[in-house]
Formats: sequence, C-alpha cells, structure tokens
Amino acid sequence: MSISILTGNDAAAHAARLARVQVVAAYPITPQSPVVEMLSKWSDQGDLQAELVRVESEHSALTVCIAAATVGARVFTATSANGLAYMNEQIWWAAGARLPVVMCCVNRALAAPWNVLNDQQDSMSVRDAGWVQLYCRDNQEVLDTTLQAWRIAEELGLPVMVCYDGFLLSHTVMPVDVPEASAVDAFLPRHEPIPVIDLARPRNVGPVTFADPRANADGVICHGYMELRALHQEALTRALQVIPRVERSFAALFGRSRGALTWGHLLDDAEVVLVAAGSIGVELTVAAEALRAEGVKAGVLGIRAYRPFPAEALRQALQGRRLALVFDKAMSYGHEGPICSDVRSALFGAPGAPPVFGAVAGLGGRDAAARELAEVARRALADLDRGVRQRPAEWVNLQLEERA
Amino acid sequence: MGTRDCQHQIAMSSPAAGEAGATGDWRTERPVLDPALCLAQKQEKEACQLCWVYCPDLCIARGVPPAVLLTYCKGCGICAEVCPTDAIAMVPERESAAAAAGGAR
Amino acid sequence: MAEQSGNPTAPGARRDMHEIRWHGRGGQGAVTAAKILAEAAFHGGFKGVASSPSFGSERRGAPVTASTRLSSEPIRLHAQVTEPDIVVVLDETLLAVGNATAGLKPGGTLLVNTARPPSAVPAPAGARVVTADVSAAATEAGLIVAGSPMVNTAILGAFAAATGLVDLDHLRAAIEGSFSPAAAEKNFRAAQIAHAATRG
Repeated sequence: MSISILTGNDAAAHAARLARVQVVAAYPITPQSPVVEMLSKWSDQGDLQAELVRVESEHSALTVCIAAATVGARVFTATSANGLAYMNEQIWWAAGARLPVVMCCVNRALAAPWNVLNDQQDSMSVRDAGWVQLYCRDNQEVLDTTLQAWRIAEELGLPVMVCYDGFLLSHTVMPVDVPEASAVDAFLPRHEPIPVIDLARPRNVGPVTFADPRANADGVICHGYMELRALHQEALTRALQVIPRVERSFAALFGRSRGALTWGHLLDDAEVVLVAAGSIGVELTVAAEALRAEGVKAGVLGIRAYRPFPAEALRQALQGRRLALVFDKAMSYGHEGPICSDVRSALFGAPGAPPVFGAVAGLGGRDAAARELAEVARRALADLDRGVRQRPAEWVNLQLEERA
Repeated sequence: MGTRDCQHQIAMSSPAAGEAGATGDWRTERPVLDPALCLAQKQEKEACQLCWVYCPDLCIARGVPPAVLLTYCKGCGICAEVCPTDAIAMVPERESAAAAAGGAR
Repeated sequence: MAEQSGNPTAPGARRDMHEIRWHGRGGQGAVTAAKILAEAAFHGGFKGVASSPSFGSERRGAPVTASTRLSSEPIRLHAQVTEPDIVVVLDETLLAVGNATAGLKPGGTLLVNTARPPSAVPAPAGARVVTADVSAAATEAGLIVAGSPMVNTAILGAFAAATGLVDLDHLRAAIEGSFSPAAAEKNFRAAQIAHAATRG
C-alpha cells in the first residue's frame, strides 16, 4: 500500500497509466487539462508506452479513440462540459459501435453563460447515449472506478464514462492509495480485442443498416437497426450484474470496497433518505449525521452507477421509508432533475414507496455546504409533516428572492 | 429464425457482390456499349478498361470488350462519362428492352 | 496554536478538524504550499487531509485563495473554507486589498509574511497574530524567481512554528517529494530559516 496525496485528475491519470492504455487522444479543457498534461509528461519520460495523438478538437479526440478501439487498442480520453458537448456525435457512435472506450468526464457546467465550475449537466445530457456512467465520491474512487471501467467496458463491449466533479475532486488533493502496476496487471490483463479487423477476411464495420433484418451476401440473416439497439440495451442491462462482479473482484485483490451500483451511509434504520451522485453524496453524509443529532433518522443513498440505472436496487433500498430527497446537480430544463425523475419512475407503483422530493444544488459551482443541505432536508420534512406529497424541486442557496 | 444466429454484436458486412442488395432495380438508364467504338475491341486486347477502373460499384467486368453486370448496376453513368471514345451510351430503361438483348453485356 | 477548531454549530464539524485558508497572489505558489502542507500533515499522522485552490482560473498577480482541512478522520467537506481556524497570508499587501480575515474563528490564528512584529499587523479582536519575514528567508536561501522571492515553501516553516500542526521533518519529506534534490534543498533551507524567524 502506497498512499499519495493526489488530485482527482492525478488519480485518473494514474489509472490510465496503470491500465497500460495504448492510445490516448484528448483535447484540453478546464478542469480536465491536468489529466492530459500528466499523461503527456509520463509519455515523454517513457513511463507510459502509449500513442498520444494530438488532435484539434474533442470531436476528433473521441474519433481517434473510436478508430483505435475498433482495431483493438485499449484507449482513454477525458473531457468536460462544452468539450463533451462537442463530442456528441461520436459519443453515440462509440456506444452504437459497442467500443470499450473509457472516458473521464470531469463534471463542469455547460455554457452559456461561460462557467468553468462544477455541476453534472454535461454527463447527464448524454445519459441516453448508451454508455455506462459511473459517478465518483472521492479521489480514491476516481482511481478505482477508472480501473474497473476497462474491465466493464471490455467484458460488455460498451464505452464507460467515469464522472467526477470538477475542482471539488479534480483539483483537490486528498490521500489516495495507488496500487502497484503488477497488482493492476492481475486485475486488468492485456485486452484481447474482438477481431473486427481481419486482413484475410475484410469486412465493413458499421455499414448502413436497414430497418428490417436482411440476408448478407452469404445468405445469413443479419440484424436490422432495431435488433442491434435491443442487443445494446441487453448489454447495459447485463452491466447491472457485471459492475458489482467487477467491483467484488477489485475488492478481493485490493482490499477495499466502495459499493457497486449504489452505496449507503446510515441507511439501515433511516426514515429520510438523501439520494445523490458524486461528491455531494459525501457532503450529505455530514448533513445526515447532523440531522441524526437532532433525532431525525437520516441516511444517504449514493448512486454510483447512473447508467444502467439501478432501479431494482433503489426500490429495495427505499421501500418503507418516509421520504426520499434527491439532490441533482443538473436539470432536465422544463421538467425536473434527471436523477429525481429516474428515482420517481423506479418507485412508481412499487409497494411501500416513499414520496420523492427533488432539490437542485451546486449549479455552476454554487457552494452547497453540509449545513445548507441539512436545512433543505428540514424544510422537506416540514412539508411532509404538513401533508405535502408532491412539490417542485427546491433550488438550494438560490438568491433570486429574499428568503422570509 | 431470429437474427441472433448471425452472432453479430455490431453492424457489419463483408464486401461482396450483392451485399447492398440487388441495386440493379434502382436503374432508370443503362449503359449500352457499342463494340465498334470500344478501344479494347478495336485493338483486340485488354486495352483502356477505364470503365472498369471507374465503376464505383464493381459492376463492370474487365474484358474485350468490358461487360456490364446489370443485376447491380445502378445506372450512374460514370462509365459513359469516362469512356474516351464515347462507346458507352446511357439508354433509358423503357427504350432499352430491345437493345438489352444484344446491347449491354 | 489554534485551540478552537471546527465550528461546533456546523454539522459534521469535528473538534479536531483544522480549517486553513491561504491568501496569496496568482503565481506565488499558495496552491503548491497547500498541497505540500497536506502531504506533510498526512505523513505527520493526520488521516484526513484535503487541499484545494480557489476554484476557477488563476491569473498571475490576482489575489487567490486556497483551502486546507486537516483532521484525524477522512475529510468529508468539499466546500471552500469560510470559517478558518488559521489564515495564512503570503503577501501582506493582501491584508489591505482583500478581506483576508473574514470568518476567522474567535481565537484563530493569523499568520502573515511581513517584516513587521505581530503587534503592528491589523487583526480582528481575539485573533492570535503570528508573523515571519518569509520573503527574507526565501531570499536568504536563494529562492528568487524572476526577481521575486518564492515564498510558498518558506511559509510552511513559519506555519509549522506558528501552529505545531506539522514539524520540520515531515515538511522536509513532503518538499523532497515535490522538487528535484537540488531545489528541495533550497526550499527546505528557506522553510528552516522562516521557522526560526517566526514571532508571535
């Protein structure tokens, strides 16, 4: 065990180095830039035997990763906010082409207005693209989750997005246990790619695919578009088993376990459950303890896997509680926070499902301190006691109106 | 029979004649070659063959003279465009039925 | 030494948590100082250490802040430090520009890089003022970059003397982990000189 004091960006770069990635293509953007700077430095020093491809945009960065992954290379990229938005077309290609691309999304607010600070609008906006999305609580989890991402990606043939909060994790140093390269080799053996490219048997990859199945030149009936999409959905559903299995295998080798699809804090007897993804979940554990000190049985349910969405795990974890209070760092504008929506839909019609209240916090870097999050929970409980079962999301620390 | 039997995880195909279907039915005009004007025919050897080089769908077979494979030819007209002696004419399908018997090959 | 640590009214604040806010100018190395302090404190026995810059973009010369938390338990607070136990000012001109002592807890420590004695530094009532001529220490150790003394490692020596939260041995190890051997030697020498020159 070797503890280093690292930023989240350092931790992500270490994971890519330890995974022995073969191709890295990324375009710098705040707050992701230090990840690429560090990999570039290691490559110069000979500590990283990877091809670093210089590109002129995020769109090209992911395109290079797609091409390299198609011929079987283990690839890595990272981006944030508008960089992720600029990748959008290729985000969908990487998923539909079932490529094991691993990308860190260092969560940052989307412009306009321009803002380099943290929220999770960027990755939430591509939640439907068919990637596995994992959210990290702290820098240890950034390293561990990124390593696990390749196992998940390569087993399922799915790209994995490892999301961690910009600045709050990306630029904050904290103790991180960096494993030895040999231990990581045992966990993450050399990638054996699906032999898509075979010079003896040339094939078109990702050709025009029609609505209905049809016979190929050899008379074999091949999938139509919808069959391929159903297989994609099957793979993401299978990820609900694969993510916990990979996590158990990681825990067995490295002696630490941070939860698989979800994680809990003081959950056993909790009547009020605070739900969130990412580093705000850690802040919520402090809020929950403050509420308990006042006699409110509060606990935290952290969402580690957001896609696939662990609906069944949430139904079980939330059954019989008084209230689920979901904190989103993003909005589906015109509706509500994305995690809140998904929790509601998972619970709909389930026996013993609690009311679900939403809260929107931390947009564009707005501080959301533990004591303020505890205040949100107190107001939610007061509403619940008045018989409220449905209400619009509270925007935490919003200063549009004078508060009474 | 379900499509799982193809065992494909992603969309893929092998480059082969007919992989994109019988595209010959897209055609509204067909290339009709006049052997008297074709350089290969005149020199009685495999000369020129530019129509074979340029056909984007591999629908022309090399030869003296080259032959058009009408099952897949979409009638794009590139062969007629590149022919240095104007030996290939694009003939509307409705007029070419008669010519088809002996014309296009 | 800051006796009062952690705001007892704040949820999750622990009696043994030390919250530190750094004030410097972009390019002065306050962020590096905060990171090296976290390393030294971790190796000195604090299980929970976290340091972060003021979030956003940093411009040379502009006032910047950084936050450090040290605790016997893992740190679970991510928000910037707003009620520090200790305020560290790397450039005394910042005392006039920014509100460096905002939120400083009663009985908290204000450490300032200045040639002046503690009694000459304006401070909120009840604050404990500690001073050290850190610029002179850096200059004496030969840490001059682009004509200015680099004070970010020297201030750590003064921090150790002012608070007792880290000692020189752990600072030395953390500095050696951050610089080439030759640079580490100079930087640690600066910290030693500043440590000896700390008053208050």
